[in-house]
Amino acid sequence: MILNMGPQHPSTHGVLRVLLEIDGETVVRIMPDIGFLHTGIEKTCEAKFYQQVVPLTDRIDYLCPMTNNLCYVLAVEKLLGLEIPAKAQWMRVLMNELTRINSHLVWLGTHALDIGAMTVFLYCFREREDILRIFEMASGQRMMTSYFRVGGLALEPPLGFFERVREFAGRFPEKVDEYENLLTGNPIWGMRTKGVARMTAEDAIALGASGPTLRGSGVDFDLRRDMPYSGYENFKFKVPVAQDGDVFSRYMCRVRELRESIAIVQQALDGMPEGAIKADAPGIVLPDREKMKTQMEALIYHFKIITEGFAVPVGEVYQAVESPRGEMGYYVVSDGTAKPYRVHMRAACLANLQTLPKMCEGGLLADVVAAIGSIDIVLGEIDR
Amino acid sequence: MALVPPITDLEQLKGHPALGRLLGWNPAAVAGAKFDRDEMTIWVERAHIREACAILRDDAECGFNFLSDVTCVDWYPAEPRFEVIYHLLSIPNKERIRLKVRLDGASPAVESLTSLWPGANYFEREVFDLFGIRFTGHPYLRRLLMPEDWEGHPLRKDYPVEGYR
Repeated sequence: MILNMGPQHPSTHGVLRVLLEIDGETVVRIMPDIGFLHTGIEKTCEAKFYQQVVPLTDRIDYLCPMTNNLCYVLAVEKLLGLEIPAKAQWMRVLMNELTRINSHLVWLGTHALDIGAMTVFLYCFREREDILRIFEMASGQRMMTSYFRVGGLALEPPLGFFERVREFAGRFPEKVDEYENLLTGNPIWGMRTKGVARMTAEDAIALGASGPTLRGSGVDFDLRRDMPYSGYENFKFKVPVAQDGDVFSRYMCRVRELRESIAIVQQALDGMPEGAIKADAPGIVLPDREKMKTQMEALIYHFKIITEGFAVPVGEVYQAVESPRGEMGYYVVSDGTAKPYRVHMRAACLANLQTLPKMCEGGLLADVVAAIGSIDIVLGEIDR
Repeated sequence: MALVPPITDLEQLKGHPALGRLLGWNPAAVAGAKFDRDEMTIWVERAHIREACAILRDDAECGFNFLSDVTCVDWYPAEPRFEVIYHLLSIPNKERIRLKVRLDGASPAVESLTSLWPGANYFEREVFDLFGIRFTGHPYLRRLLMPEDWEGHPLRKDYPVEGYR
């Protein structure tokens, strides 16, 4: 029998349609059908100035906006050859790890909800709300933050910001204990996840899986540690790896990542350098408001950046960062003008979704829901 | 981090293990190379791309075992019009490389990498969908993101940003 799951199905995390060929309760063949959220962002980017692309990158993956901001601005900064001040880099790391926690909390809540554990969802969204408030405090926006700019940050972190993050970081580890108390040792959770939707390391690599989906199969690879960017080499953290390649392994990887991320946030708070939050690059970085009122040059630069953008030297760059879902990559090609010639986003979810047939074929129909939850897909990123 | 001009001289670059390996295998397969902003790019002749990838993947020293990405750039109206771009990653060596294949605008086609990495499936379907590049030997070359009955390939440069109305 051919069964059509989605596109509007609560467990597909957006609009994913899955075609299932089933024999009784057993899945014989499974085929994801995507594209329902395609908005042509890559085409839109080609018609915008470099700085105007930043808000578009938020909207690709609405659960980790800062990761996308970061990846894009790092790519453009590499094209420009810009040096970023230490404080901006550390703030980027701090915000990125909060974003990772934010994204993992939504994943954990919805994944547990799919499998039938209702309470976890409420717990996770409680802490997620705190993080969104922190984002709002820094950027003025809860979700579509656009907080990073080419050359640094959009705004100086406001008064009381670090205290608030410190307070959150202090109480978060015990919240992770709460989630784990509900799930990790829970026999029902174990039965629904252990040994379900298995994938070997060879398959994961061949299918292009990355992030926790790859590490859950025992491949010890994390871009933050192995190919550091934005000052990640200054931080000490472990990369959680699990060997079994099942839903439970991927769950354990992400839950342990929650703890590592909050440790990175603590380190960033403790070691936050003083100094500027923007690179010294007039003509690329917008001048301070105060200078615009007193200095002619600042006003001229502001006008020129807004109306004409800034030209980027000819070249091409592929920049990848470790997003909560895996390898998020931006390939930016410049033809020397103020608009990117091509912006391509390597979406981690798109590659991860390809592992679904490997995980589900031969398994039970009910496990498809667990498998989809365990690869943590965001359809906005897949369809772009 | 001041910008330095890219190095494009094959003689200077052949110390790079991946390029050295490809030149040692078949110098005719390499159409050029560039080292720019710490990133290595090798242009490969269209006929040899699959074999070149297989060599880079299976070579013990190179170890490019992970296909990160496949995409395309349209240089319309220049010819050869298309460049298909492969980003390979070596998980053991923590290193990246970019391979490029130039294709004519008239009937752009290149061999599929799905036999080496099944993960190339979606990437190649996306390029087929948005650029109209055919990947020969692909098991299921259908549109991925656009509707089945869509006309044209939206990421081509002669396709208007606002679409056809």
